[in-house]
Parts: sequence; C-alpha cells; structure tokens
Amino acid sequence: MTGRDDAPLLEVAGLHVSYLTRTDRVQAVRGAGLDVRPGEIVALVGESGSGKSTTAHAVLRLLAPNASLDAGTVRFAGRDLAALSERELRTVRGARIGLVPQDPGVSLNPVKRIGEQVAEVLRLHGLATRRTAPLGAVEALERAGMPEPQVRARQYPHELSGGMRQRALIAIAIAAGPELIVADEPTSALDVTVQRRILDHLQHLTEESGTAVLLVTHDLGVAADRASRIAVMSQGRVVESGPARRIIEDPQDAYTRRLLRSAPSLTAVRARPRHAAPAQPSEPAEPVLVTAENLVKDFPLPRGRTVRAVDEVGLTVHRGRTLALVGESGSGKSTTARMILRLVPPTSGRIVFDGEDVTAAGGAALRRLRRRAQLVYQNPYASLDPRFSIGEVITEPLRAFRVGDRASRAARARELLDRVALPAATLDRRPAELSGGQRQRVAIARALALEPDLVVCDEPVSALDVSVQAQVLDLLAELQDGTGLAYLFISHDLAVVRQIAHRVAVMRAGRVVETGETGAIFGDPAHDYTRELLAAIPGGDARIGAPGARLLEERT
Amino acid sequence: MRRYAALRLAQAAGVLWAAYTVSFLVLDLLPGDPVSAMAGQGADQAGIDPAQIARLKSQYGFDEPVPVQYAHHLGRALRGDLGDSVSAGRPVTSVIGEALPSTLQLVVAGLALAVLLGGGLALAATYTSRRWLRQLLLSLPPLGVSVPAFWAGLMLVEVFSFRARLLPAFGNGGPRGLILPAVTLAIPTGAVVAQVLAKSLLTTLDEPYVQTARAKGAGRPRIHLRHALRNASLPALTVVGVLVGQLMANSVVTETVFSRNGLGRVTAAAVTAQDIPLVQGVVVFGALVFVLVNLAVDLLCPLLDPRIAAAGGRRWSPA
Amino acid sequence: MSSTLDALGVLDAADGPGVPEPAARRRAGAARTVRFLLRRPGLVLSVLVLAAVALASFWPGLFTSRDPLTGVPSQAFRAPGAAHWFGTDELGRDLYARVVHGAALSLKATLIAVAVSFAAGGLIGLLAGFAGRWIDDVLMRCVDVLLSIPALFLSLALVTALGYGTVKVAVAVGVASVATFARVMRSEVLRVRQAVFVEAARSCGTRWYAVLGRHVLPNAIGPVLVLATLDFGTAVLAVSSLSFLGYGAAPPAPEWGTLISDGRNYLANAWWMTALPGLTIAATVLATNRIARALDGERGRR
Repeated sequence: MTGRDDAPLLEVAGLHVSYLTRTDRVQAVRGAGLDVRPGEIVALVGESGSGKSTTAHAVLRLLAPNASLDAGTVRFAGRDLAALSERELRTVRGARIGLVPQDPGVSLNPVKRIGEQVAEVLRLHGLATRRTAPLGAVEALERAGMPEPQVRARQYPHELSGGMRQRALIAIAIAAGPELIVADEPTSALDVTVQRRILDHLQHLTEESGTAVLLVTHDLGVAADRASRIAVMSQGRVVESGPARRIIEDPQDAYTRRLLRSAPSLTAVRARPRHAAPAQPSEPAEPVLVTAENLVKDFPLPRGRTVRAVDEVGLTVHRGRTLALVGESGSGKSTTARMILRLVPPTSGRIVFDGEDVTAAGGAALRRLRRRAQLVYQNPYASLDPRFSIGEVITEPLRAFRVGDRASRAARARELLDRVALPAATLDRRPAELSGGQRQRVAIARALALEPDLVVCDEPVSALDVSVQAQVLDLLAELQDGTGLAYLFISHDLAVVRQIAHRVAVMRAGRVVETGETGAIFGDPAHDYTRELLAAIPGGDARIGAPGARLLEERT
Repeated sequence: MRRYAALRLAQAAGVLWAAYTVSFLVLDLLPGDPVSAMAGQGADQAGIDPAQIARLKSQYGFDEPVPVQYAHHLGRALRGDLGDSVSAGRPVTSVIGEALPSTLQLVVAGLALAVLLGGGLALAATYTSRRWLRQLLLSLPPLGVSVPAFWAGLMLVEVFSFRARLLPAFGNGGPRGLILPAVTLAIPTGAVVAQVLAKSLLTTLDEPYVQTARAKGAGRPRIHLRHALRNASLPALTVVGVLVGQLMANSVVTETVFSRNGLGRVTAAAVTAQDIPLVQGVVVFGALVFVLVNLAVDLLCPLLDPRIAAAGGRRWSPA
Repeated sequence: MSSTLDALGVLDAADGPGVPEPAARRRAGAARTVRFLLRRPGLVLSVLVLAAVALASFWPGLFTSRDPLTGVPSQAFRAPGAAHWFGTDELGRDLYARVVHGAALSLKATLIAVAVSFAAGGLIGLLAGFAGRWIDDVLMRCVDVLLSIPALFLSLALVTALGYGTVKVAVAVGVASVATFARVMRSEVLRVRQAVFVEAARSCGTRWYAVLGRHVLPNAIGPVLVLATLDFGTAVLAVSSLSFLGYGAAPPAPEWGTLISDGRNYLANAWWMTALPGLTIAATVLATNRIARALDGERGRR
C-alpha cells in the first residue's frame, strides 16, 4: 500500500494553530504537514501537548473557540477546507469526513437515544428520510459491530458499556460512508482487550470500504500495529514521517528514537540496574513482608444487595521485591491494595504485615502500619494538596509522626528531593508549578520519607507521557536497588509491569486467576485470560525484529 | 417510577411537617405575647383588664404548656385548620384563601415573564458570535439581581405612570394593572434564570458530545436548540422551586409598592399586627408551595434526563 | 476538549530542573496583578465603591459635614444640585448626608447578617460533611426544611417573634441564609474529603484533626468565602426590603431602605428621594457581586 502513487486524499501543509489564553497566545501547532492517501491508515503519534489532537481537529476545523487556524492549507479531495465557509464545511463534516472522538464516556448526548444520534447524520446529509433513518441507523450500528443493534438503538448512552459507546460513535462516523475517518485516540479510555477488539473492527471496516483513517494516538505500539505510515509530532511539528516499518526499525529523528526507547509496549524488558540480581527464576530468598489470605470485599448496593469487588484473594509480597497486580478496570486490584494498607476495611480475610496480624489493627498498631507502608497514587495532579509547598508535602509524614524538628525535617526533605532527582529549589514551589513527572517524583519522595518497608504504587505512571513513564519507572527500580524496599505495583498495563515486576498476579472480576514469576507469566501464561491480555498489548507485530524482542527471549 | 414518586411524596410530607414545627418554634420564642398586643393595640401603658387578657389567652390556648399547644395545633393543622387570625378574627385558611387568587395571578405572570425574558436572554447571549453583544447581554443579569425589587417597582411607577401616564400605578385594576407589578417581580427572578441557564448552556456547549454533533455536520441552531438546550435546562429547572418561593416572598414588597391586595400585603399586615397564627399560616403555605413545585420538578426531571430515571432520582439524597 | 488539553500541555512546565528564581517570580506576579486589574476597570471601580461605603460607615465626616437629622424647612424638596448633591427631603434635610450616615446602619445590619449565616451555616456544614453518617443525615434534613421556607417569609416570621430594630432585622436576615451556607460548606467539605490528597495524608499517618485543619478546611473554605461575599449583596437587599416594609430602624434614623420608603410618599414630585438611595443600594450590591465573581474566577483558574 505504501508504494501507491495516486494523489493524496488529504494533504495538510504548513498548518499553524494557536490558542488564545488569558495572558497570551500559545502556539500549539507550528507548521505541521502530513498527507493521507485514499484507503490508507496513517497514524499521527505524539505525547500530550505535541499538537496531534489539535492537528486532527483542524482537519475538520473543529477547534475550540479560543483556537485560531493562523496559516496553512488542508486540502481534502481537491478543496482547501481551511478556506471554506462554515456552511460549506457542514457538507463535508459527517458526510465525507467522519470523526471518532477520544472519550466515549462523554461524547454521546446523554438525553438522546443511540439510534436517534446515529440517524441524525443520515438526516442531516439527506441520506435518509424521517421514515428510513431509524433503519439506516440500525444498519450502521450493525456495521460498527454493535451487538443486538435494534435493542441498542432504543437505549440511552448511560445504559451501554464503554466499548459499546465507542462502537456507537464509530457508527456515527461511518454512517454516511465518508472517504476519511479522523480517529482521535479512539481507544485510550478503554480496557486493553476492548481496545484491541475495537481497533480490529475499525481496521477491518475501513479495509472493506476503502476508507482512509487518520489515527491519532500516543501509543507507538498501536501505531505500529495498525498504520501503514506514521507521522511523529513533537512541539507542534511533524518531526518524522514515513512507512510504519521504517519508522519503528530505523528511526531517523532523535525524538522518535527517544519515544521508541521509552514506549513500554515496544521495549519489552528494561535493563534495570539490578537486572542481574534476581536471575534465579523462582523461590526468592527474601523473607516475606506481607501476606494476604482470602481477602473479600463486599460493597453495599441500594436495596440491601451487595456487590463483591474482591473475592478470596491471596497475595504474598517479599522484602526488596516487586509484586505487580495486573487487571482491567473493575477487577478489584485497587481495592485489594487499599485493604492491605487498611484504608478500606476488608469484609473478611486476613492481612499479616511483617509477622503481625493487622486485619483489625487500630490505634497504635494501625499507626505502626501507616508508618511502614506508604502509597503512591495514579494521578499526581490530585494526590498533592494544591495549597502545600513541596517541602510541606514531603515532610507531612514526618510531622505526622513527630520525627525530628523543623530544621532536620527540612534537611531530610532536601535529601529526599535529591534522591528523586529534583533540585533543592523545588522545596518552595507549589504542585501547580511542576509537571506531571515532577509531581510524581514528589509523591515518591513523600512515600519514602519515613523509610517504609512497603510502597504501594497504584498505577503510578498511567497518567504520564511515555518518555516520562520510563524515567519514573527507572527511578522506582533504582530506589529499590540495594534496599529492602518492597513494591506492590498496581497496573492495567502489562507492558509496564514487565519492566518493573519480579512477580505478577493477574486479577479478573475480583479474583486472582494466575500468579507467577514475571518471566513465566509472559513466556508461558497458564490462564486463558492472561493470554488474552498478553495478546492485547499493542505493538505485537512490530516487536518481532525490534531490539526489545530479543531481550524478552533472553529472559524467558 | 412509582417507587420514586411515592418516595418523593413521603419526603414532601416530612418537609411540610418540619416546616410547621420550625415556624411554631420560631414564633413560640416571641418574648411578648400577641394577646397583650391585641388587647392593647399600642395603648399598653395601663388600663387593660387582666381578667380580659386571661380570658383571651385561654381562648387562643396561650396559657397551656408549649408541648400541649404544639400537639393541639399540629392536630388541627392536619385537619386543615391553621387556627384563627388574631387581627381578622377569622380562620387563617380563609384569610389566605381570599388573598390568594390575586397573588397567584401576579406570581404566575411574574414567573412566565421571568422564564421568557431570562431564558431568551440566556439563549441569545450564548448563541450570538458577536463578542460585544454577548458581553452586553451577559452584563444585564448581574444588574437585575443587584437592584432592590421594591425600588425597581417604584422607578417603573415613576416612569410609566407618573411621567408617561401609560399604566396605572396602584390597585388591582385588571390586566393593565398587572403589568408593572409582574415586571417588577420578574426582574430579579428573570435575572437568576438568565444567569443559571447561560452558565449551564456555556458548560454544555463545551461538552464533547457537542463536538460530536458538530462533526456530524450539524449547524449552530440545531446544536443550540436540539443538543445543548435540553441538557442545559436541567440545572435551571432545579432552581425553579427556589424561584417560585422567591416570587411569593417578593410579592410582599411588590404588593406593598403597588398597593395591591393579596397574600403579600396580608403577610405584611400580619407581621405588623404580630398576628402569630396568620404569620405561621403564611410560612407553612410558602413551604407547601415550595414542596409542591419541587415535587413537580422531581417528577419532570426523569422525563428530561433518562439518567435520573435510571438512578431512581437523586435530588434529595445527599451525595 | 482534547485540543484544550493539548494547549495546556504546551503550557505545562518541562520535566526536570529549570524553575525560575523566587524574586523574579514575585516581580512577575506583581506585574501580572497590575495587568489583571487594568484589564478589569469594573472590578477596580467595585473595590472603590465598597471602600467608600466602608469609610462612610465609620467616618461619615469624611464625606459630608451636614447633619442628617436636622433640616432647613425653607429648603424642602430641593432637586439635586451643587448645594445638595442628592437634593433635600420634605423637612429640608440634605439627602446626601442622610445616605452617607445611613451607610453605618445598613453596613452594620449586613455584617451581622452575614456573620450569623457564615458562622452558623459554616459550622453546620463542616460538622455534617466531616462527621458524616447519621449526624449528616439529621443536619441536612433540617437544612432542607429551612430551604423549603422562602427566605423573606422566614425573616418575617423571625421579625414577628423578635420585634423591630436594625439588629433584630439583621439576625432575621442572617438566619434565613444559614441553610445555603450549610449546603455549600458541606458539599465543599465532602468534595475535599474525597480528594486523593486527603486520603494520601491519611495513609501517611496524619491524624484526623490535622487532616481537617491543614487539608480540608483551607481547601473547602474558598467557595464559602465567595458565597459570603455574594451573600453580603443579598443581605443588603434583604435588610433594605425589611426596613422598606417598616421593620428596621426607628423613623428619624437614615437607614437606606427606610429612606426609599420615606421617599415613596413624594414619588410624584421628588423622584430623587427614592431614586438616589436606591441607586446607592444597587451600586453597593453590584460592587460586591462583581468582587465575588472575581474571587470565584480566581479560584476556578487555580
């Protein structure tokens, strides 16, 4: 497909878009250019803030009210969309270019039935009458792979799952038979297995009908799997573009290389500083730190019913090692971790921390546990009090346990900042002045302040960009190195887990379905669900032949 | 749905009972007692027959202990008897009933005007793409809520009655006499409607599903009226109960300004005369109207938003 | 949505070192404040209006040397002009002097009202939000009941019970908005209490009173302070309504609502007696509302 030399369907050139903020004008896109040929899938890859979403929306001229398209052309089928009037644009939007938006949870009108919303496209572009539109909508839903389309058409968005909502949005995008679909991170809000199914279907659909796709994604793995060509964006510019295989195997631009190195799904096993240490595959010599036995958590529902979020879960965390708890959203992994920290009371079961039963610990015993087990949260934007200075954040545990005086606490804070590789000047900053990665470093410093034995990391990198993710994972591994620090690492992302964990426990619907050494889980998964999760990691095709694949083989 | 309705009804009854209790407690705190006020009517220096006061007290039940009075009153209230007005010497319910139609006219007219003007203003302000026009329109509601209602009424009288001689200044004189009071009443309420609706429209227009609609090729009018308005009107609808209460309360000053007979003037007179049964009756009646309006809103909301129907309603339950 | 996020991402600080010097930051902050104010003449004007009202209520002598209570009968019903800025009333008293001196009474009543509702409502809301469970249920049911009675009716019932006078009217107005404060305080406390950083503080061993004092209260109080500013305007209106109806300060005292009520009898021939005190009230309320909006916006952008 890459060799076709027919005229591009979409040709973006010299695109400049800026946002007017209260104080000044911010250039989001500075001279981006790319083209999409008929029937081809082009991936636009970049980290948050790279301007990739803005570029995609500029194609449809669907920019925020404070954004302006300053310069550039968007030629689509011979016409410059950048120069069209709003009225002319309306005949293109929906009819000839479809949009699959980012977050299916909020992209459907909550008070209208699914069928109505799909039918609206057909009605707007005169492709159906009031009588035939409902039928057309059901047909479009069926093509989008919606199970029981007749039933779904009569339902409201809140009655559907995330995956089904995304299918409804795909149905809206394809209903009018467009030549191009702009898909803006279409699956990043969904679980990996759902993500894979949706992308498979989208790819199948477009191949069948010859529709071109501009796929915006932050995940190089997804891009490598799906696209025939890739354009990499950074700071508002397209830094490199070309055939997908060439970009993955032989990146020219420094930024692309950095992105590739940090993409978890493509790198397989990371060369951790202590990589050699746990070479012996099974039976760790380290003593047991935490055991959880038969943990159960029921949450009450209205009318006296309950829902079981965690069902008979057993776990063991060893000193100085990392146990990863993997599962999709709603699998009960976070609840399990919170029970171990005694932030949520278990319904039944037993938790033993360093030989002491803490299942029902209160008062002094609970405070001992609080001192020795700490938590790092998923969202570094929410886990730091916006009113605190970084120094206050880091010393909060010290104050809580009346450790040291003001001066010694400040000294300790500086030392901790140094350990997480932040400058001492950060002490007086507020969280809002730091980037996501810096904030997560601060959260880690706080967790380490009391020199705990256990740190629970609840999806600590999933809110961060890939290149920052890699840095934070490196930091976590480095901090563990040579100390007795144990991690309970919660993640939905197997690719991340592979880089950090010694042992992995896979959770599904409140139960642990499989536990084992990281190598064993990835090399020889025993449970079907684990295999399904592994298969769903994007970038599977590209990994063959990539440097990471060899590493993986070495390890397993 | 039936469960939901039953639950709302029970809650409404509970609130009403509690409102009665609150008004009873508040008015029971009265340091002086109304019988002396009634017997003396300003001439409280001397010369009042203590025997007469005692007789009046026992006639109105003021000599009994508080819990007994409360039980007695509540029992009667449940039978629809709110006692006798001290100043008018007639049942409170009949005093309120007589004054009600005129006030009802006023409140309904005021509400209609407020929704029409406020809603129209919010729609126009969020629809226009001219920045200056939007700024101008959006600067009106803050003005509306800042002006004392009674003063706005007086200014309207000054301009339209005394200077332009277009409309009557006083009295209950038919539909023409209703115009100025209704406008007076609608100014603060309409401003609130405009503020709430405009804010919620602006938030709604920022929602991703509006983007989806734009991507379908829908035009501005369609997006505004078919997609945004219905979602945006929910927050506005939930304040209607408060607004109707505000309208009724504002009728006190409005009717005083326009010397119009109605519940408002009855209330003002009752407060001046320290006519406790009548004041209590008005308070309970106010709560009744509030509860009924909210009940209607609660039953209407699920029709507008299927999510509320699915959740079994959520307005009264915290969090 | 996503495009705005993109823009924010651009603004977000880069990873790693490179944070500006504190002194430079402070200077940049001051410059930003000046620019912020220059772009909002309405806000500056609002602050000036409120400052004038506050000054007038403490030192009326700064604004006028005339006596608000004694008039010159020969100068009755003078229209506004150079001699009498706001004109004179039926007894020849200078209306401007009366409005200036009235500020003290009106402001006092308003402050009492806001203090009553802020203290009582804030406490109820804090207790309900932080204690939770049955305490929350009981308190919030009470608040629901208070909310179901229209504010002015509740104030009137209280006036009936307490009697007339500026302070009593103020308390009556304050009690009527206790419920609103309780609602806002509770929802803010609940919001903050569920924030991840509060759980983070708890999980690293901070005790409940420290969580309440250091995290919950400072983060929850913002919207309540905005509400207090907003309520200041509402209270000015409510107090003036009640004194217009005749329940406020006794006759010769120049309370703003009473001034309008007095002027009403001469509406046909002396418009200024009604119009100008009313404008003063409107300007005060408008100014506080503008300031409340600015405070709210500042908070929203953080």
